[in-house]
Amino acid sequence: MTATAPPRRAPEAGPGSGKSAAGRRLRPRVIERIRQGGLPYLLLLPAVLAELLIHIVPMFFGILISFKNLTLFYIHHWNTAPWAGFDNYKAAVKIHQPIGEALLHSFWVTLSYTLLSVAFSWLLGCAAAILLQDKFRGRGLIRTLFLVPYALPAYAALITWTFMFQQDTGLVNHVLHDQLHVTSSKSFWLIGDNSFWAMVIVSVWKSWPFAFLALMAGLQNIPRELYEAAAMDGAGVWQQIRKITMPSLRPVNQVIVLVLFLWTFNDFNTPFVMFGQNPPHQADLISIHIYQSSFINWNFGSGSAMSVLLLLFLLVVTAIYLLVTSRGRSENDV
Amino acid sequence: MSRFTDQPSPMAQPKSFLWTRRVVLTLLLVFVLVPVYVMLSSSLKTLQDVQGSFKWIPHSLTFKPYVDIWKTIPLAHYFVNSVIVCVSATVFSVVLAIFAAYAVSRYRFMGRKVFTVTVLSTQMFPGILFLLPLYLIFVNIGNSTGVTLNGSRLGLIITYLTFSLPFSIWMLAGYFDSIPRDLDEAAKVDGCGPLGALFRVVVPAAVPGIVAVSVYAFMTAWGEVLFASVMTNESTRTLAVGLREYATQNDVYWNQVMAASIVVSLPVVAGFLLLQRYLVAGLTAGAVK
Repeated sequence: MTATAPPRRAPEAGPGSGKSAAGRRLRPRVIERIRQGGLPYLLLLPAVLAELLIHIVPMFFGILISFKNLTLFYIHHWNTAPWAGFDNYKAAVKIHQPIGEALLHSFWVTLSYTLLSVAFSWLLGCAAAILLQDKFRGRGLIRTLFLVPYALPAYAALITWTFMFQQDTGLVNHVLHDQLHVTSSKSFWLIGDNSFWAMVIVSVWKSWPFAFLALMAGLQNIPRELYEAAAMDGAGVWQQIRKITMPSLRPVNQVIVLVLFLWTFNDFNTPFVMFGQNPPHQADLISIHIYQSSFINWNFGSGSAMSVLLLLFLLVVTAIYLLVTSRGRSENDV
Repeated sequence: MSRFTDQPSPMAQPKSFLWTRRVVLTLLLVFVLVPVYVMLSSSLKTLQDVQGSFKWIPHSLTFKPYVDIWKTIPLAHYFVNSVIVCVSATVFSVVLAIFAAYAVSRYRFMGRKVFTVTVLSTQMFPGILFLLPLYLIFVNIGNSTGVTLNGSRLGLIITYLTFSLPFSIWMLAGYFDSIPRDLDEAAKVDGCGPLGALFRVVVPAAVPGIVAVSVYAFMTAWGEVLFASVMTNESTRTLAVGLREYATQNDVYWNQVMAASIVVSLPVVAGFLLLQRYLVAGLTAGAVK
């Protein structure tokens, strides 16, 4: 999210050429523009065409069909689908009607799922990165093993977790019931209330290595002298972590939290692989909810309206988040 | 434990820290590795063994699941589909991204900011947002020109660009930025055109970054489920959707599911772990700076 702009090319104006300050600032830029001509645009052309095809046109098209009453009947001739105006949107936000109620429920499920998953993923990633900061025997191996969930294809890992959560034959019930005797009977994990928690656990398992990876990189940028100076002043390890490591990681943390939030909020794989097309009520994430209303109930207009609402929500959250964190950062720097 | 450190740590580590480290890292290792162990051990069990209550140690080891997976479902066919789709999507997006990232990294031009912001912001959009319209656009193209994109490999490749292209442009631009400009300036002085400088200097210098981006693009495509479940039919089905077929009406062949999971994971996990050093550097150059 914070790709840095490359360093600006140093102005090439010769010293003492007698030009006005404005002229000196302007001329090299203009000359460079002319010299480079249309080349950057030519280089960009293939990517721009692809972007138009895969992102821009579909997005406008999606907004268009969200105003249409596009059902299975009209799918092969979508332009003959009757105009619906704001009906799809009204239905989506009417929280006392079935469609709106289901969407709101799904929104709350997704929000709690996301917040829990991001919080735990960040916590585990942070702990692992800090504890692996110093060299010790086995550090490289542990680091590699921690990245395995990240490297595994999502569906292969998810299918394995589904197997582990099976009621009769799964590892989870075997450990909880047969081995530890924590539960009196083998509980169901893939239906009912437990399904939400099963999904959160799997999501944390999949996401935390990303936080770990990014934080490890962030830790490398902290100068070691800071720790040495703090140690001279008599600060212990815990104090150093609190006073040096955590504040230095702030910018990285902000990126990680935002990226994880967006990924998890849009997560489709987890419920789809674990529960199939009809996840339990407690695990009805928003992207699978939209998928259902589009590809199972064949109401594309309604599905598109929900997608647009989802996008608006994510844009607002991102904007607020960036505003709040950048303010926090500038206060810190001053 | 401090006896084994490679270099003296500036932190004097108290017992509490060392114990926290041991306990937390052990718990995390268990959390990470248990599913991997379940995958591996169950793939070596017989069907009866896997249908009973879970056992940590298989009763008898068998490699039969690894033989049967190819017969129960057309796994080889799905494998080929996945390879074709993922390799093509990766090649397309990385090639397009090399040009675009070079322009973004080396030139200041009007519209540069609009382009980068657009590309970046599409990364946060939910996949379903593009899936619905693309599906309908493909239906339309099919109706008017007779070119079937829904259910074809080409259609799936195009939809995979929706996530792999922005990601590749973003990471490669970050990587190109880290290559000193003096290098391509020098090439231009020696008589290379801008494209010559790109292909003779920048691209060779960026090989680790290009490898990293390609592996990531491939990995993401290999694990993709949403587009694959809508955009494929019986003949173009990828592994992501195909593995579900080990579940029949009466039975789930869990040992075969696990064996197949191992088989489909091996190429990407091996690639990732072998190239780990590059990948971590490449990702952090693009993502965290």
